[in-house]
Amino acid sequence: MSSLIPLVVLLPLLGAAAALTLARYPRAQVTIASAVLGVVLVIGGLLLWYVDAYGAIAVAVGGWPAPWGITLVVDRLAALLLVISAAVLLSVLIFSVGQGLADGDDETPVSIYYPTYLILATGVFNAFIAGDLFNLYVSFEILLVASYVLITLGGTEQRIRSGVTYIVVSLVSSIIFLAAIAFIYASAGTVNIAQLAVRLAELPEDVQLILHVMLIVAFGIKAAIFPLSFWLPDSYPTAPAPVTAVFAGLLTKVGVYAIMRTEMIIFPGDDLQVPLMIAAGLTMIIGIIGAVAQSDIKRLLSFTLVSHIGYMVFGIALNTAEGLGASTYYVVHHITVQTTLFLAVGLVERVAGTTSINRIGGLLKASPVIAVLFFIPMLSLGGIPPFSGFLGKLALFDAGAKDGSVLAWLLIGAGALVSLLTLYALARAWNMAFWRDAEEVVDYEHPLPVSDADRRNDSGQVATARVVPRIMVAATGGMVAISVALTLFAGPLFDVSERAGKNIDGPGYYVTTVFEGVSE
Amino acid sequence: MSVSLVLVALMAIFYSVGVYLLLERSMTRVLLGFMLVGNATNLLILVIAGRSGTPPFYGDAPASEMSDPLPQAFVLTSIVITFGVSAFLMALIYRSWRLANADVVQDDVEDVEIGRRRVSVTSESSAEAEDTEFGTRAAAAVSTALDLEEAERLEEEQAQREARDREALDRELRAEDGHATELQEEEKL
Repeated sequence: MSSLIPLVVLLPLLGAAAALTLARYPRAQVTIASAVLGVVLVIGGLLLWYVDAYGAIAVAVGGWPAPWGITLVVDRLAALLLVISAAVLLSVLIFSVGQGLADGDDETPVSIYYPTYLILATGVFNAFIAGDLFNLYVSFEILLVASYVLITLGGTEQRIRSGVTYIVVSLVSSIIFLAAIAFIYASAGTVNIAQLAVRLAELPEDVQLILHVMLIVAFGIKAAIFPLSFWLPDSYPTAPAPVTAVFAGLLTKVGVYAIMRTEMIIFPGDDLQVPLMIAAGLTMIIGIIGAVAQSDIKRLLSFTLVSHIGYMVFGIALNTAEGLGASTYYVVHHITVQTTLFLAVGLVERVAGTTSINRIGGLLKASPVIAVLFFIPMLSLGGIPPFSGFLGKLALFDAGAKDGSVLAWLLIGAGALVSLLTLYALARAWNMAFWRDAEEVVDYEHPLPVSDADRRNDSGQVATARVVPRIMVAATGGMVAISVALTLFAGPLFDVSERAGKNIDGPGYYVTTVFEGVSE
Repeated sequence: MSVSLVLVALMAIFYSVGVYLLLERSMTRVLLGFMLVGNATNLLILVIAGRSGTPPFYGDAPASEMSDPLPQAFVLTSIVITFGVSAFLMALIYRSWRLANADVVQDDVEDVEIGRRRVSVTSESSAEAEDTEFGTRAAAAVSTALDLEEAERLEEEQAQREARDREALDRELRAEDGHATELQEEEKL
């Protein structure tokens, strides 16, 4: 079983190489990309089953044993995230195939799109199974460089502008991460996460705190935690719909995942618990206030993305097995639902020609299917029972109530308020875009002068066709089905999440896996 | 662990100059800043490797005299990454130059919009309040809605007020312009 682990990284990387050499055959590229992601999905499923039944596994790459060689570790958390991210990547790939076919090649230059997409997938998968910090750094770089290419795809003026913000901020975060690794190596003499868990605890507390804060800042920029979240709403909305969807779903969650590992295994103490809780609360509230003020659906969703990162950080900051389990479930839920919403907005953009809610109306009559595809994840994100968002929040609040501190109760209050505001912001968008009549839009007094922002929405891919390819609707529908499945199978999923939370609550389990479960 | 003071000083200079350049508006300077900060971090990794020793080949020398190979592997990886990203940034700068003739980090369009909105918010706030989020029609279903003539009269008044505001603003702007040219002329004198 452990020989399957490296394949998760190898297959997408080789697939990317193959797709690049077949630049002239877009059909072959699509086949390779979807086959690779499909296989990774199956491997992820197998690993999840095995790990859940028999315990975590670790592989020493190249046969170099643990503290010296590179270790790849799959525990329940990693396997769960592998499965869900492979599923999301596959759905978005299918969505973008539909969009590419409908748009022609000018919007998404097919020859580099699929290879870059696969490299992004490589980076994401590698980050989930990395067993040493430097390998984690390399996987961050892999996925970041791929994301630089994807966010500036086509090289239009808007995308270059927003790309610059994104790239410079990401570079700064990478450099902070690299410097943190340098300091950690200097103080502990290793970068193997399992060995760090043992050695860092022996260091003086102030040194530990510096290293800890540096790591959290580097990952916090990636995860878009307030006050390090300013870059996200500026840069995500201009990219093509499938790219935004996959970024929103996965890239910030890789940052959250890295924070989980840092908090639970590298620095298992609770010295940053209070600052993290405060940051979580501020992220939730300030993110959602931004969302309420937006009139462009893509920007609105980017702000809700920032705001909901706060919930996951809350779960991590509780520093208990329950909190972690709830956070894990919330990550899985949020990856699915946020991606689905962005895909649905991609459909809206296609039908209506814009994503500004001041200028869309009557979509419910024009395309009821899209209305439903937007409505279900909207309720889920807003935390309406019985959907997965409600279950995730309930678990988080439950874990917070068990903690019982004043700050935890405050955060529970903030969380409830934020979920209502999320619902308000999204329902407002839904009412404007879908429910009201199209005629009402014409005499609606535009509060702003017609601006560059609106012109931007009008140009580009939207003007070409008003017919939505079935394949795009099917891909979005598939994602909605997955998000409903998260509710239907919430029982077993919660059990896995809880067990995953117990696994990584404290470094003991991880360390034994790496040093005793190492195989060739 | 003893370290070379020259390397540490060089690293400090690179970091300070690099951060300064990263905060500039010109993209070329941002690129230079990134390269400096990246190389400062590479130097940092070299510094943590400690004193230089013999090449780390097994059996050539006792382990205590060897230099640590791992930081060098780190540096090599990070140099390659910095190199690749710099190349991409250069392409980006070139593209931005071709498209917009601009070598500066540009403001976000929506942010500019919000800034503009704040200027005109006083004259528009009352008009905005009449619209509900459910569209203009929703008002008709409310029994206590304004009667239409009244509404029309209000709207006219509103329009007149807005026109007055605009004129006042124009006058102010012109006055400011005049003031500015006067100042310039004074400076020339």
